[in-house]
Parts: sequence; C-alpha cells; structure tokens
Amino acid sequence: MSRYFTMFDRLDGAAAFGAFLMLGDPDLKTSARLLDSLVEGGADMIEVGIPFSDPVADGPVIQAAAQRALAAGVRVGDCFDLIAAFRGRHPDVPVGILTYANIVVARTGFMRDAAEAGADSLLIADVPALEADPFVRDMEQAGIEPVLIAAANTPEPTLRHIATLSKAYTYCVSRAGITGTHAGGQFDAALVERLRAADAPPPVFGFGISAPEHVRAALSAGARGVICGSAIVDLAQRGGDVARFVRSLKAATGNESAPQ
Amino acid sequence: MRLSGRFGRFGGCYVPEILVPALEQLEVAFLDAQQDPAFAAELNGLLADYAGRPTPLTRCRNLPGNIYLKREDLLHGGAHKTNQVLGQGLLAKRMGKARLIAETGAGQHGVATAIVGALLGFETVVYMGAEDVARQQLNVFRMQLMGATVVPVESGGRTLKDAINEALRDWSASFETTHYLLGTAAGPHPFPTMVREFQRVIGGEARAQIVEQLGRLPDVAIACVGGGSNAIGLFADFIPDPVRLIGVEPAGKGLSGAEHGATLLRGTRGILHGAETYVLQDDEGQIADTWSVSAGLDYPAVGPEHAHLKESGRAEYVGCTDAEALAAFKALAESEGILCAFESAHALAHALKLAEAEPDSAILVGLSGRGDKDVDQARRLLA
Repeated sequence: MSRYFTMFDRLDGAAAFGAFLMLGDPDLKTSARLLDSLVEGGADMIEVGIPFSDPVADGPVIQAAAQRALAAGVRVGDCFDLIAAFRGRHPDVPVGILTYANIVVARTGFMRDAAEAGADSLLIADVPALEADPFVRDMEQAGIEPVLIAAANTPEPTLRHIATLSKAYTYCVSRAGITGTHAGGQFDAALVERLRAADAPPPVFGFGISAPEHVRAALSAGARGVICGSAIVDLAQRGGDVARFVRSLKAATGNESAPQ
Repeated sequence: MRLSGRFGRFGGCYVPEILVPALEQLEVAFLDAQQDPAFAAELNGLLADYAGRPTPLTRCRNLPGNIYLKREDLLHGGAHKTNQVLGQGLLAKRMGKARLIAETGAGQHGVATAIVGALLGFETVVYMGAEDVARQQLNVFRMQLMGATVVPVESGGRTLKDAINEALRDWSASFETTHYLLGTAAGPHPFPTMVREFQRVIGGEARAQIVEQLGRLPDVAIACVGGGSNAIGLFADFIPDPVRLIGVEPAGKGLSGAEHGATLLRGTRGILHGAETYVLQDDEGQIADTWSVSAGLDYPAVGPEHAHLKESGRAEYVGCTDAEALAAFKALAESEGILCAFESAHALAHALKLAEAEPDSAILVGLSGRGDKDVDQARRLLA
C-alpha cells in the first residue's frame, strides 16, 4: 500500500499539508535537522528538491537554495542518503522528490536509487506530459509513483494523459509562473473539477502557498492538499522557527496533527 | 504538437507543463505561416528592403586557397541574427502578442531583438547576464537606444545560460501576451526547426551564388557553432549534396582543460533549456561553466540538430582555440580589409587550415557577423 494512499485514507477527506525543502541546503547536517522540523510541525507529506544548477521552474528563493547546496558540495548520492536517514526516522511520512530532467538522466539507476532510499514519488519539473512516458515507465518499474503538473491552461487531452500517468497526487498550478509566485489567494476550482472528471489522483496546489489564508483558499477551491515551498525555504535560510511556521499553515487545513 | 520535434534521438520539448500550450501555439502559427504566401511576401520584403538581402558572396583575393565568404556581416544589425528575428517578429504579430522577451550573451541577439521590437512596435525586454552587462556596455546602450529594456540577470554564473533561464521564467508567467524570441536554433521544439527555417536563406543564397561564380558546388561549407543557428542556416540546403559540412566549436584556451565551449567535442548527452542534446556538464548533470573569447559561442549546450548531424556523421565538428580565432581575425583584416566577428573568425581559422592542406578545394565560410563589437577586445588582446 502506497504511503500517499495511506495518508489520504487516514486524513479521510481532510486536506494534506505538504512541506518542501531543498536537500543539502545549506549543508547536509542542517538539512537533516530541518526535515525533522517539518514533521515536528505536523507536515503530512514531505517534498524534497535535489539541487540542479539551472532550475528554470524555480523562483529566486529556491534557486538560491539549490545554489547553496551545490556550493556546499552536495551530490545526488548525499541527497539519497538524507532521504534514507529520514525514512529510518519517519517510516510512514510520504516523501516526494522534485528535480530536473538532466539530474535524472545523468545517473544510471536514478529511479532505483530513489526507491531504495525510501522515496515515494518523483516530479521532474521540466518533463511535461508530452515527454513523460519513458520516465514514467522507469519510475513504475522501480516502484516510484509519478507526479505530474497540471496547470490552469493545460488542455483537456493533456489533462487526461496526466490523469493516467500520475499516481501519488496531481501537482496543480493555478496561476502562471514559477515557484514563489504569489497566487494572490486565487486557486482554480475549475481545474480541480476537470481533474476530478478525468479521474486524476488527488489535486494538491503547489505554487503560491505562503500564509494560512492561501491554504484555506486552496482548500475551498477543492484541493485535497497544499504544498508550501519558497516560504519555508526562505524562513529556514533566515534561521526562523520552521516547525512553528509549518504548524500555523497546517492548522489552516483543519486536520488535526497526525501521530507521527 | 504536430511535428515530432526530434532530430534522431535529440530535441524534444522539455519544459514545465505550463509552457507547453505556448509552444504549441507557436508551432501552429509557424506552420500556418509557412503555408501563407502573404507571410512569405512580407518576410521576404523585409529581408530585402530593410535588412539588405541577398548578402554578397565574396571570394578572398589574398588569403591562400579558394575561400568564399558568405557575408552575413553586411546584413542590417551586423550579423545573421536579423534573418530570424524578423521571422519570429512577424510570427509574434500573427499571434497577437504585444511584448517580446529575449536572452542575450554579448548583446548581438539582444540588439537584433531590439531592432525588430522598434520596427514592428513591440515592448521589448532583454535578459542579459550581469557579467555581460558590465562587459558590453555599448551593446546595452544600443538596445536602449532602440527602446528595449535590458534586465541584468544576477542568478547563477550571470552569463548567457542564466539569461535564458530568466527569460524562460518570465515567459512562464507572461506567455499570453509575450513571445519569447529565442536567439538560436536550440531550446525546446519548435525553436530549433523554426530558427533553422528562418536561417536557411544563408545557405540557399550561398549555394546559388557559388554555383554562379564557380560553376559548381563548394567542396566544403564551414561555420562556427555556439547554439548553432548560423551553421544550421548555412548547412540546411547543402545536406542532400556531396558537400563536406564542418562546424567549428570554441576550443577556448584548449580542449584539454575546462575553459572552452566545445559542447559537441567534449560534452555528453543531456537535457538543457528544453532539448535533449549535447551538454557540457559534470558527472551528475550539473551544467559546467564555459569559456570562449567570443561571447556568442560561450554556451554549454548546442542546437539538437547539430547533435544529430554529428551522430549521423553527416557533419563534422572541430575546435578552434581563442588564439587561432584571433590570428584568423587579424589575417582577414590585413589581407582582405574585413573585420569579422570573433565568432566568425573561428570558422575562418579552420578554413585557413584546410586551405593549406587542400589548396584546390572550394571552401565556403559562413561569415556570420561583423567585428565592430570585438574591436575593443581585439585591441587589448592583440596589443
């Protein structure tokens, strides 16, 4: 049984709160500690970035996080080690990897290594549905659940393709732009409805979540979950209380902290 | 997408999902325009009466061998870039876009985009690495004179690849009103195909001109390769012919070190800026910093059709160092009275080597741009 499935089942219709960090930012030791803070704050699922030198889907905050990790000499193998250690400490929390195509194709056995480390899903930011089939085949063979992005401007046939390829959840982007983009509290209920009609995995909104009101707005648009990235990365970089911040956003989902 | 966007295994459309509809719209507009005589008439009119086509084919009088120069340096704007910005500018009009964005390295493509922005009435924003902004103040001012806004990019290595990243990020939020006028035959489909078609005029003209002057096809066609737009434009009409095609990559300070931009010679397969192609990268897929004396060739990926032409064996790719390019730049100035761009000097340097080995071969060289922009740097380097 997939950890995502178990999580959504446990939440029983309540929304999931996902928290993102860049692995290895600013160094391996701090990164491991920050991942634990996310769970301590009550995150239901964790998304982790594997740093890439040229992240075109990311805004300045996450670009800078990737640069810090790379400057600290973090390698892909270190990222898998961080995930494996996290998995040892938190056997049930779903972990999804977010990275870029060149990182995946550069490493023979990327999917297998990800699965062995205990990762549950993989989203490749620059692989749209149009190019996804061979990647998805590799993921399924390794036991990694594919996550694809659906956007408000994604046409119907592509949305149906995304629905058949995605497993863990559907990463929804309401407004145009990159990570860290302010969605202005606007989340697209029509997209959620179209995904439901296409029988896609649970819709989770990913861009523009940085405050409790954004969480509530996304949920009232019908999301089954939200992911907060740039705001957490920014806070961590400034030395803020990550667990407390996560707790405040998580509270806006209305679901009680699950036993971890 | 209507076309596969693949050249053998290379190419494709590796962009965030949100950009796919914009690329589909561009492909449709491009394919429709290709079938529309009114589009061809307007583009050909601009190429002739605004940009100055056809450009001459000049046989070198004093350099050794039989070297013919295709004089894109004489095109309005000073380089082959103008051919394709006019094409893309008209497409942007056709799609109803009001704003153009572009990346630029040394500034040549930014200047070309500013030209078409002024001519066709677009708001124009050019992303340029902060390092390059500092090094190329004159080109920044040129763009500003023509009404463009130049945005210095502070991320990453603050050069061309970072400017492309930033333009893609802008486009992710602005594609409804904005056309991304990519500057070379690289990037996601349909750019490599579209830019090749808009640059095909280089080789098409050169082929007819050399047949007229020499009575036969050339033995060799040579062009420099950064992203690869002038090379693919020169090569395209010769691909079915028995003509050797040679692309010259920037070997910088030497291919044995890391300071070069020789993607096809020293790179490995990867995915960057929307396409599967050859990439200069480390063993984990992190993109490498590149070097060339010529900013226009200083790029860690290459157009995917060149990757295919290399693998299929139809074209050969060689390197030329900074020093060899500078020597060719100087030789052309002294012998023929032509100041060419440092980029073009790479192609010429290889032509001079070949002319020595095969004095009877007819060698066609794509002289992609003029050297005014490089005079200042040449003064320092040749002092």
